[in-house]
Amino acid sequence: MNKIISIDADAGTAVCQAGVILESLDTEVGKHGLMVPLDLGAKGSCHIGGNVSTNAGGLRLLRYGSLHGSVLGVEAVLASGQVIDCLSSLKKDNTGFDLKQLFIGSEGTLGFVTKVAVACPTRPKSINLALLAVPSFEAVLGVFKEAKIHLGEILSSCEFMDRGSMECVTGNLKLSNPLSDSDFYMLLETSGSNLNHDEEKLNFFLELMMNKGMVGDGTVATVPSKQREVWQLRERIAESLLVDGYCYKYDISLPLSVFYQAVLDMRERLGDRVTRCVGYGHIGDGNLHLNVTTPQYSQEVMGLIEPFLYEWTGNYRGSISAEHGLGFKKRNYIGFSKSPAAVHLMKNIKQVFDPQGIMNPYKVLPDEPAAV
Amino acid sequence: MALKVLVGCKRVIDYAVKIRVRPDKLGVVTDGVKHSMNPFDEIAVEEAVRMKEKKIAKEVVVVSCGPAQSQETIRTALAMGADRGVHIEIPADQMTVLQPIHVSKILAKLAEKEAADVVMLGKLAIDDDSNQTAQMTASLLDWPQGVFASKVEQKDSGLEVVREVDGGLETIKINLPAVLSADLRLNEPRYATLPNIMKAKKKKIEKIKPEDLGVDVAPRIEVVSVEDPPVREAGQSVGDVDELLGKLKDKGFSS
Repeated sequence: MNKIISIDADAGTAVCQAGVILESLDTEVGKHGLMVPLDLGAKGSCHIGGNVSTNAGGLRLLRYGSLHGSVLGVEAVLASGQVIDCLSSLKKDNTGFDLKQLFIGSEGTLGFVTKVAVACPTRPKSINLALLAVPSFEAVLGVFKEAKIHLGEILSSCEFMDRGSMECVTGNLKLSNPLSDSDFYMLLETSGSNLNHDEEKLNFFLELMMNKGMVGDGTVATVPSKQREVWQLRERIAESLLVDGYCYKYDISLPLSVFYQAVLDMRERLGDRVTRCVGYGHIGDGNLHLNVTTPQYSQEVMGLIEPFLYEWTGNYRGSISAEHGLGFKKRNYIGFSKSPAAVHLMKNIKQVFDPQGIMNPYKVLPDEPAAV
Repeated sequence: MALKVLVGCKRVIDYAVKIRVRPDKLGVVTDGVKHSMNPFDEIAVEEAVRMKEKKIAKEVVVVSCGPAQSQETIRTALAMGADRGVHIEIPADQMTVLQPIHVSKILAKLAEKEAADVVMLGKLAIDDDSNQTAQMTASLLDWPQGVFASKVEQKDSGLEVVREVDGGLETIKINLPAVLSADLRLNEPRYATLPNIMKAKKKKIEKIKPEDLGVDVAPRIEVVSVEDPPVREAGQSVGDVDELLGKLKDKGFSS
């Protein structure tokens, strides 16, 4: 099920089977001057069908939006064996309920996605990647705000990582940090149609940030080989954390005002029971990846993290799972981010789609009424 | 010591880009394709800058032969710490027939004009894999050469160079002036950082034509065709060792 069915270069759409690997799809649409609207570290192995079923986020959500917007159509198989064809490639179609939205992100619990129609943006001619050393989290937020103003429409990715993340990825994987030591680092990517225009905007922005003292040091990668090397520092953090032994991974959405406080509070709470407590992620989307590592799994450490972190997140009306979904491990915590009435309605919908409960059982929705 | 170092750098297609053969089969597609500094030249520039930081060198001049876009390559070297640049203007369509013999003549003349003590090059360029320019330049200048260098140190009034050779490492001592070529393990090049990128914009790049140095760059070769390598064929699975031996015999690899 890994065939690309059609590519419409004029409309900017592609239709393919669910088993197509994301990177393969990107390479193929690339021949028509297009690109897939999402990018993640696992692009070399993940399937587009899986991306859709999990509503994968990735590094460029900031620019190209979520799959809820860029997926135009879906073909899925229901529990009954019935094939639901919602595979239109139209950008606009307000005829009835938008069923495909239910398959996007429901992790296979409502139906099995077999085909996908996705809107593919024009592949940018000019890409620049800046790696910046930023002195404080306040400055990180400031740089993000200024980037939206001065880089505007060419900003395509805004990621951050803390000192601990950089130490981990360079120490455990023997990568090099091109910049001086800093409490925080940011990766800002610009994508546009005109190299000179983009470079001028980027250079102006960077000079401004340095003059204001919001950026201590930085480098700009203008060619693919250097950009790949710099992206590794962010994309391989998850891999590097595993070298420590056991990694407790958390993926939460928080208001920017308390964003890094989650890491600081957790670090204080855990003390020296852990090897590392680090934060990194899609600051541009308000999505924090909070990770803790110990040499081996520790029940004590787990007990200190959960449910404390979920309660902490719920307090600020954040999401206990920004992009990683609920699956099996987090389904019972859904109550921290969704009201009991909403969860009840989800269960009703599940009944309609899958009365026997055979589609990916024990996932997403809790067995008991939602804990509050 | 306080040496003057002339570093050569070449603008090549970025190694992370997929190379495509042109439809007319006379070259590869370069239009709209990302180019960057030859990785071995980055190592050469880095070494020269480190020599300046160690006060072994007093000035680093970087040179590139190519069309207007070669100036971007020179700017990158300036942002890494080189002092000034020289751009040898070669029209874009002549780049496919510009050979190490031409470049080495240019570098030899430039080294004399600049009174350089060291000419530092990458051991080879990743587009043509020639590995000739450093050796030819040394020969034209009648200077000693330390090629495939993985370590360069001051030694008395000359240089001690550790070279990577097939059998391992060879250490030689050479007099100055000399030509060196950088191998992979010589150093890890720095990224140009923002303050230096900005400073580099103010550094000078001099434009020279090959004729100004008295060098004739008329093509000595003609590109007949450029083709993709043959597609790798699928392998064959065999059930056991006997079958393997049988197949080897059939194909004449074994008696």
